[in-house]
Amino acid sequence: MKIRINVAPDIVVTPIIAEVILETRTLLNISQAHIDSTKGEIIADVPIDEFDKIKSALTSRGAKITIMDKPISRDEDECVECGACVSVCPVKVFTFGEDWSVNLDEGNCIQCGTCIEMCPHGALTLEQ
Amino acid sequence: MVEKSIHEINRRIKDGSVNVVTAEEMVGIVAELGADGAAKEVDVVTTGTFGAMCSSGVWVNLGHSEPPIKMQKVWFNDVEAYTGLAAVDAYIGVTQLSETRGMEYGGAHVIEDLLRGKSVDVHATAYGTDCYPRKQLDTTITLDDINQAVMMNPRNCYQKYNVATNSSNRTLHTYMGALLPDYGNATYSAAGVLSPLSNDPNYETIGTGTRIFLGGAQGYITGAGTQHDPTNKFGTIMVQGDLKKMNPDYVRAATFPGYGTSLYLGIGIPIPIINERVALATAVSDADISTNILDYATASRARPKLGQVTYEQLKSGTIDINGREVTTSSMSSFKVARKIAGELKDWIKRGEFIVSLPVDRLSTQGVFKPMLQTQETPLVGDIMSGNVVTIKQDASVYEAAKKIIESAFNHLPVVSNNNSLAGIVTSWDISKAVADDKFDLVEDIMTKDTVKAISSETIDVAAYRLDQNNVSAMPVVDKNDQVIGIITSDDISKLLARRC
Repeated sequence: MKIRINVAPDIVVTPIIAEVILETRTLLNISQAHIDSTKGEIIADVPIDEFDKIKSALTSRGAKITIMDKPISRDEDECVECGACVSVCPVKVFTFGEDWSVNLDEGNCIQCGTCIEMCPHGALTLEQ
Repeated sequence: MVEKSIHEINRRIKDGSVNVVTAEEMVGIVAELGADGAAKEVDVVTTGTFGAMCSSGVWVNLGHSEPPIKMQKVWFNDVEAYTGLAAVDAYIGVTQLSETRGMEYGGAHVIEDLLRGKSVDVHATAYGTDCYPRKQLDTTITLDDINQAVMMNPRNCYQKYNVATNSSNRTLHTYMGALLPDYGNATYSAAGVLSPLSNDPNYETIGTGTRIFLGGAQGYITGAGTQHDPTNKFGTIMVQGDLKKMNPDYVRAATFPGYGTSLYLGIGIPIPIINERVALATAVSDADISTNILDYATASRARPKLGQVTYEQLKSGTIDINGREVTTSSMSSFKVARKIAGELKDWIKRGEFIVSLPVDRLSTQGVFKPMLQTQETPLVGDIMSGNVVTIKQDASVYEAAKKIIESAFNHLPVVSNNNSLAGIVTSWDISKAVADDKFDLVEDIMTKDTVKAISSETIDVAAYRLDQNNVSAMPVVDKNDQVIGIITSDDISKLLARRC
C-alpha cells in the first residue's frame, strides 16, 4: 500500500526513515521524496501487514502518515484517449494499449496531480 | 499504368462492389501487390485525424428579433462572437474565452454545448438604427432554434506538426500541452500513417470541393487552409460542414491549462485510387513521415530545431534528443483517428458516401511567410543599463550594501571569480541579512537560480519573463554567461511611457 509521510521542518535533518527501517526491519520503498528546508514529503510503498508497525514507528518520531487510497480517476465520457497524460506521469500510470487505448494503472499513482494540468479535456481528477 | 475514373469508383460504391481500405491497411497491400496491383484492387483509401484544431469556428444565424436588432456585439454564454456582418449573423471562434469563466470555457465549449442540445444564453448590444432600432437583447437558444450553424474552419488538418519540447528550467504551458522542464517530455500531434494530407502529398484528390468526413457528418474542403505551406510539407485545408448534422463524439471542446481553449475535431478524407501514383502515395507509413523537434523554451517564431524524428519513433513512446531519452505524448488521439477512417470506410461500403475529385487543385508550391513588422521592436540591449555594478560572490554583505548605496542600483548581479553570473542580491536580501543578524558572504544570501535575459531578446519577451517570475530586474548576460548589463521593470515602464 502507498503512504505519504510528512515531516516537519525541525526534524528534516533527522534520519527518521533509516531509523524506522532499522527498528521495524521492514522494507519501505520510497517512490518520491521532496525535501527542503521548509518541509519533507515522502511517498512510499509498504507491505500491508507491516503498516501498523511502520506507522507507529514513524508517528512516534513526529512524522504524519496519510494512507493514499484515492488515486487519480478518469471521467470516461470526457477522455478522448489522446495520450497527453502519458509523458508527464512520473510513475507510468498511463500507457498505450495495442489498439491505442490509453490504459490507466491506478495502483502506481502517487497522486502528484501533474496529469490533471496536462489533460486537455479535464478528464482527470484527484479526490481530496 | 492503371487509371480509374471517379465515375467508375462511384458506380462500384453504388452497386456495393467497391473495395475500401484504411490508409493503415493500404501500407501492407501496396507492399504485397505493388502500386499497380494495389491500384487495380483498391478503389478508395480512407484517412482520419482527431486533434486540436484552433482555427475553427461556427457561423450562426439567429433569425430576427422583434423589434429587430443589428448586433454590434454578441456573447454566447459570455463568450464573444464576431459580428462585423449583417444583423444577426455571428462567428463563434473556438479559442475565444469566456469573459466570466476564463480559460475553462470558450467558443469551443459553446459549440459543443449547442451540438449536445444544451441551451445557450445570448446577449447582444447595438447602437440602434432606423431599420434596426433595438439596442439590447437577451435570449436563450438551442441548436434547433437557430437558422444556420455552419462550421467553417480557415485552417484544419495539418499534414504533420512539429514536436514540442522544453530546454528551460520551468514547466511551459502551451498549445502542445504542458512541457516539463529540462526536456522532461516531448509532445506531438497528427495521425502519421492515417494523416489525410500525408496520404496525398501532391494533392491529386484532396482539393477544393472534395467531400469529406467532418465532425461525424459529410462536409467539404473549400480550399487551401491559411498558412498552407506545401513546400515544407505543412499543407492545410479550409473546410465547411453543417454543425446540425455533426456527432458530438467528433466535436470536443478542450482547454490547454495556461494556454486557452481549442476544439478537438474529427476529419476523415477518402482518397479515390485513380491511378498507381495515388495508390503508392497512400502506402506512406509512420516511418516515412518525419518532422522537426522544436524547443518551445525560446519565445520566438524561430524556435531552435533540436533534431528530426519520424512518427514511428514518436509512437514508440520515447525519442532521442541530443543523447537523452525523452518520453513522448500524443496530443491527438490515434484511436479516434482510426475510428474515423473505419467509419468513413463503412459509409462508403454501404453506399452512403460518394467520393469526389476536386474542382480545383490546392497549390503544391508556396510557403508560410512571417509577419512584416513596420514598427521596430526594441530589444533588451537597446534599453538595458550597460554600466551595471556587479559584486563577487565571496564579497561580504557589508561590501554589497556599500555598492548598492554608491551605485543607486537595487539589484547587484553576483559574479564568480571568472566573472560569470552566479546569482543576484537585492537591497531586500541585505535588509533581511541585517534583520537576521547574519553577516555572511554574498553567496550565502544571494538568489542562486537567477532569472536572466540576453541583449538580442525583445522587450516583450523580457517583460513577460519578469512578470512570470515575479521579479523586478534581470541581469543581461552574453553567450558566455558574463554580465553585460541589467534590465529592470522601471526601464520597461519608462519606455512604454515614452511611447504614449
